[in-house]
Amino acid sequence: MPDANKMAAPAQNPDSDVMISLRDLRVSYGTREILHGINLDVRRAETLVILGGSGSGKSTLLRTLVGLERPSSGEIWLRGKNLATISDKDLDEIRRKLGMSFQSGALFGSMTVGENVGLPLREHTKLEDSTIEIMTRLKLEQVGLGGFEDYYPSELSGGMKKRAAVARALSMDPEILFFDEPSAGLDPIIAAGIDQLILELKQAFHMTIIVVTHELASAFLIADQMVYIDKGVIIAQGTPAEMKANPLPRVRQFFDRVAEPEVEQEMDYLQMLTAEHRRPVRR
Amino acid sequence: MELTAQIGRGVLDGLAYVGALTRLSLQAAYYAFIGPFRGRPLRVERAFSQAMEVGVRALPVLSVITFFIGLILALQGAYELRKFGAIHFVADAVAISMTRELGPLITAIVVIGRSGSAFAAEIGTMKVNEEIDALETMAISPVQFLVTPKFLAMILMLPCLTIWANFMGILGGSLFGVAQADFSFLGYINATVDALFLRDIITGLIKSVMFGMTITAVGCSEGLNTGVGAESVGKSTTAAVVISIFLVVVVDLVFTSLFFFAGKG
Ligand SMILES: Nc1ncnc2c1ncn2[C@@H]1O[C@H](COP(=O)(O)OP(=O)(O)O)[C@@H](O)[C@H]1O
Ligand SMILES: [Mg+2]
Repeated sequence: MPDANKMAAPAQNPDSDVMISLRDLRVSYGTREILHGINLDVRRAETLVILGGSGSGKSTLLRTLVGLERPSSGEIWLRGKNLATISDKDLDEIRRKLGMSFQSGALFGSMTVGENVGLPLREHTKLEDSTIEIMTRLKLEQVGLGGFEDYYPSELSGGMKKRAAVARALSMDPEILFFDEPSAGLDPIIAAGIDQLILELKQAFHMTIIVVTHELASAFLIADQMVYIDKGVIIAQGTPAEMKANPLPRVRQFFDRVAEPEVEQEMDYLQMLTAEHRRPVRR
Repeated sequence: MELTAQIGRGVLDGLAYVGALTRLSLQAAYYAFIGPFRGRPLRVERAFSQAMEVGVRALPVLSVITFFIGLILALQGAYELRKFGAIHFVADAVAISMTRELGPLITAIVVIGRSGSAFAAEIGTMKVNEEIDALETMAISPVQFLVTPKFLAMILMLPCLTIWANFMGILGGSLFGVAQADFSFLGYINATVDALFLRDIITGLIKSVMFGMTITAVGCSEGLNTGVGAESVGKSTTAAVVISIFLVVVVDLVFTSLFFFAGKG
């Protein structure tokens, strides 16, 4: 299988530092295709920012990368395995090396912050409870939440919830960290704090980080590489400097915050509404 | 043509749904009974707290309802029996209808209302909040983590609740027996014990275990299949209750006929 990986890798990336490779990735919900053939390489210790308007398929791409959605075709190479065809057992193996921070935080409301952060360790390791407690405290201190072990998620502010979710994503010392809109819904000062946290993680642990956002300021602050997704297609990619100079009207519009023509969004909205009624068949 | 196609599709969907429920139950049973021996520890304290919630907290309302049902059975039975001068058979009538049918069924319906709906709401809310996705990305099986403790609690507590329901029903019947049918309390209980075969109680308990599995599978599967948005949690909860009641009656029919034909042979 790794051979197939190398063969599939394009010529401009001969280094073995590629962590994730996407080849002609297509993802659908029911009969509606959301991602129309994505090609992308993410290198080790690189921070990739995925930009795009809402509904363009950013979250779908992220969910596919962590195996929550199966592609309808194409390949996702990660640690020598193709997630498109992987067995559940191998997928679980890979997932232990991934950390994901969800848009809503997704902390378990019935557990304290400490229990949330310690959960993966408790489930996947044979560590003593006291050891897990210490590791949990360390992770929480890393994200600036030292001393909040015994709080319930409902007692935390929005920014603190995001931080706690990051601490949980870090608990298994992942190789790749995924963020879905880490600063969405936060006020600018708290959001800047989250950006700072991502930068610290990047510098301290040389983690590979993939961030979905539509906050331009934070995107340019943290990114090594950027891709811009429009309606399920990557239409621009490059370093922040290259992106700033990108002449595509669609990209310029996004960067210059020009108001979009409403019609397209309305179509999206209608499609979204009908998609909900076409709930996929229960498995 | 259109109609037959629709009916056909409906039947297929129904079968697929039941198939999915069976799969979910089997997975939960695996994590409950086999997993612990393969290094996948059980969340015992979680199962215990679920059992308290499903079982112990249901006792007050279940007691009152089944006491009344027993009393109603006695009244209805006596109405007919009186015509034949056989009113002293009222103890038999209550005992047999309670243990074989109404004890398990009423218990199941109370548990659906209290816990089946709560399972769907709890898991549905987690689904909407991306908590189920979070579990999966942490390589934790939602079935193992969420469904299995509920499954265990249900298959343990439903038989217990059913026994209690039988007892309360008989107690309700005895109220009529003592007041209207010239029984002494002890006499009524003796008549009940004489009327019952162990088989009556066992068949009721077997049914109650099946009901417990059905309610867990429907509640959890509706929760896991919740769509987007808070209002879909409400939809899942309603669906869980309606589908559970329907399937419990179907399971009841299947097992009652099974016992009927097995008992004859
Ligand atoms: N579970 C789902 N079922 C059906 N359609 C979905 C689902 N999730 C997202 N979509 C649709 O897919 C499109 C892309 O969504 P998403 O990836 O969340 O976009 P973004 O994160 O860029 O805002 C949207 O039109 C959305 O309505
Ligand atoms: Mg999104």
